[in-house]
Amino acid sequence: MSTGVPLLASRSRSEHVAQFGPLPDLSSPERRGRLIDEVERAGLRGRGGGWFPTHAKLRAVNESAASRRRLSRGRHPIAIANGMEGEPASSKDVALMAANPHLVLDGLSLAAQSVGASDARIAVHRGSAAEEVLTRALRERDDDPVPIALVLPPARYVASEESALAHWVGDGVATPVFPDRPFQKGVDGRPTLVQNVETLAHLALIGRNGGDWFRERGCTSAPGTTLVTVAGSVVRPSVVEVPVGTAVLDILDQAGGPTQPLLGYLTGGYGGAWVSAGQLDEATWDPESVRSAGGVIGASVLWALGEDTCPLVELDRVTSWMAGESAGQCGPCMFGLPSIAEDVHRLAAGAPGADVVPRLRQRLGLVAGRGGCKHPDGTARLVATALDAFSKEVLRHEQGSCSAPEHVGPRLPVPETRSLTADTARKDFR
Amino acid sequence: MSTAEHTLVLDPITCEGRGLCHLAAPELIELDEWGYPLLPGAGLRATVHHADRPAARAAVDSCPVLALHLERQRQSKTTPL
Ligand SMILES: Cc1cc2nc3c(=O)[nH]c(=O)nc-3n(C[C@H](O)[C@H](O)[C@H](O)COP(=O)(O)O)c2cc1C
Ligand code: SF4
Ligand code: SF4
Repeated sequence: MSTGVPLLASRSRSEHVAQFGPLPDLSSPERRGRLIDEVERAGLRGRGGGWFPTHAKLRAVNESAASRRRLSRGRHPIAIANGMEGEPASSKDVALMAANPHLVLDGLSLAAQSVGASDARIAVHRGSAAEEVLTRALRERDDDPVPIALVLPPARYVASEESALAHWVGDGVATPVFPDRPFQKGVDGRPTLVQNVETLAHLALIGRNGGDWFRERGCTSAPGTTLVTVAGSVVRPSVVEVPVGTAVLDILDQAGGPTQPLLGYLTGGYGGAWVSAGQLDEATWDPESVRSAGGVIGASVLWALGEDTCPLVELDRVTSWMAGESAGQCGPCMFGLPSIAEDVHRLAAGAPGADVVPRLRQRLGLVAGRGGCKHPDGTARLVATALDAFSKEVLRHEQGSCSAPEHVGPRLPVPETRSLTADTARKDFR
Repeated sequence: MSTAEHTLVLDPITCEGRGLCHLAAPELIELDEWGYPLLPGAGLRATVHHADRPAARAAVDSCPVLALHLERQRQSKTTPL
């Protein structure tokens, strides 16, 4: 796999039930309501990047279904497990699905029942290492009250954004939609619940063990454990499970520690933020602490960048890829991101000319908040935080030199970079 | 006519960037270097005060693809998302 993280063997249904016990019965409305109360008591927050309170989303889908029911009958909600893992530097979702497919499917089953869904999907991108495991696991389940099917949207970064996922399940086009949010109007206009697969695995445990049990680990503002992909210049690139709020340096130690002095970290993934070495020394892995240190948890990636690697060369590769992943729908994204990528490329190549960095900074301010989804925001943050975290290297490049011209360290995984035209974009998203 | 504030909303997916809205209301809408409209505050939603409402209305009416809308501001959001 791209980040070099090994996958564990998967548990069969019988091994799974032996370890975790049977799923709670949600056949009455009272029990479904109690499950949502328990999720609220647990304080579960979504692990797909936004850390949005899960109970609030479950209730929002329920409420929009209730208000819709008065208008039209027979349009039940649908639930989608987001196992797309669009972030190339993340492996936590595929590692989870590979090891514990039934825990994720249990969570999807409970969540789907709790919102009164008539059907459910689990989505992993085409070519995902989880496809085979899930196909096998679904064959072991014929007793789910809400039927679950595996779907395989195209492997495009923004196809994993929730409105794009709902769009694909409904119409077979994996592009983001504006302004309808899935919880109100998703798949074919139905209220649609989209939850990350890790969120659902936690929900499956909360359904069995209760909210107070969940709160025994983690912090008050973000209880429970969380998966982190730790990679880059570390001894053992791995996915680790830690209580939310674990010291960042402890997390690095669990991956064997750095292999060399570090220049900094990429936090969150390619829609995340760079921080310089030292900036995370006091931080703990919870959304608030990482944010106040200048990073983001996002897709829960912690990538260590060693001194033998030029951050701007890495930034260049990733920014070009992100620009090519635009869905080609919104001007500031389809034109703005390639212009930004070109400026970054000139800077990485060295001696870009005096106007390039100021122009780049101005362009970064012009794309965030202006797309139909947050793709431009994430890309702009990736670049802006790199310019700040590696300001010395930026100066060096402006003067035509580079501190790591050999560039021997581990490279950030970048799938094939696309050149963008509106026509190719349309085809690629089907 | 009410004095309630309005919000100008741009749908960036529908917008084709021909800039007619800028021609209709240059005091309210600028264009970026790629020819796409920049609302006040550089987001997709901008509060329009009473005095700017005719300009906002002109921008909305000028858009051939209905990418701009003028909404009356709601008192409070009822949903969490
Ligand atoms: C560009 C973009 C890419 C995203 N990629 C993923 C992804 O790969 N997996 C994921 O679970 N959420 C992804 N999200 C977030 C989803 O839109 C959605 O918020 C999430 O799946 C909700 O799950 P949660 O509430 O359980 O966190 C992405 C969002 C954006 C804007
Ligand atoms: S911002 Fe970019 S990725 Fe998002 S909907 Fe618009 S064109 Fe597509
Ligand atoms: S007139 Fe409409 S389509 Fe043209 S730039 Fe303005 S909002 Fe976009």
